[in-house]
Amino acid sequence: MSVRLPPFQSLLDAHRADVYRFCVAMVGAVEADDCFQETWIAALRAYPRLRQADNLRAWLFRIARNKAIDAHRARSRRPVPVEAVPETATSPSAGGAEDNEPELWARVRELPPKQRTAVFCREVLRMPYAELALLLDSSEDAARRSVHEGLKKLRKEYVR
Amino acid sequence: MNDLEGALRQAVAGLPAEPPAAAGEKLAERAAADGLLDVAYAAVDSPLGPLVVAATPRGLVRVAYTEPGSRDEVLEDLAARVSPRVLEVPARFDEPRRELDEYFAGRRTEFDLPIDWSVLRGFTLKVLRATADIDFGELRSYSDVASAAGSPRAVRAAGNALGANPMPVVVPCHRVVRTGGALGGYTGGVERKEFLLRLEGTLL
Repeated sequence: MSVRLPPFQSLLDAHRADVYRFCVAMVGAVEADDCFQETWIAALRAYPRLRQADNLRAWLFRIARNKAIDAHRARSRRPVPVEAVPETATSPSAGGAEDNEPELWARVRELPPKQRTAVFCREVLRMPYAELALLLDSSEDAARRSVHEGLKKLRKEYVR
Repeated sequence: MNDLEGALRQAVAGLPAEPPAAAGEKLAERAAADGLLDVAYAAVDSPLGPLVVAATPRGLVRVAYTEPGSRDEVLEDLAARVSPRVLEVPARFDEPRRELDEYFAGRRTEFDLPIDWSVLRGFTLKVLRATADIDFGELRSYSDVASAAGSPRAVRAAGNALGANPMPVVVPCHRVVRTGGALGGYTGGVERKEFLLRLEGTLL
């Protein structure tokens, strides 16, 4: 028996803003647009094959998380243009803070992918742990730990 | 501000409320280019109230009169019958919108819009195809349409097929009336049928 999937537009209406915010937090404002487009195109492509319509948000953010990870990988492979070759070699970090951006997101981006996603989904979306566990493909306990570990690392940066 | 909670609040408040306006259009274009835009729809205003018009890559699949709250039902039905890949893409409906405007303004007597017949089946398909051939300003009876669809005795079934017309106005089921001169029923309510027949000059 196939499920009754809601019209894709209703998914877009309900989650467009949160997915965009997720992309901004995870990859920075410059690349957020690409992350956003790639997420929704991948979701649209896979949508008719979904076998259940519960937890569409967790499904969607799992796709978004993967696209954000792709963006990180692409960036670390890409040569970074510089105006002049610096005398001592520096390796560009995965993501420094962009202009006008709260530096916290740059710190979040330095966390391991699971913790990064977990911190965003808990702190911004107030996602229940059960849903976060689905998203992360982990147990609820492991999801809770990811949030905890991520916040602990961030706290080190803020309580000096 | 040196504590994490404060930094988090500030960081969350600093996130954009909405994606840039162009992101939606870009997504629709990409979806169409990748063959993923199975059903596009848009709202179109008319003198008979707001319409939802939907199309597949092959052509029109739905014209629906909408009442407050009924739009979601129309979209859910499209998701179930055609494909769940349903997206709102107003930019793809400039031509249907123009033709409908002209029709309602009395400046157009036929539509040049491709129709996707593939979602219709059997007798319903035959009846509606026959109905699509009825010209502006003409009237037919239910039994005329049953005959044109190849089953002269299936008058009631023809009435049911017309009642299920997914593309009112464009497939002109309003041009089918009872033999005795009574108007018969109409998908959008008989007042709308009267309006259309007056517009076409077949009802005074």
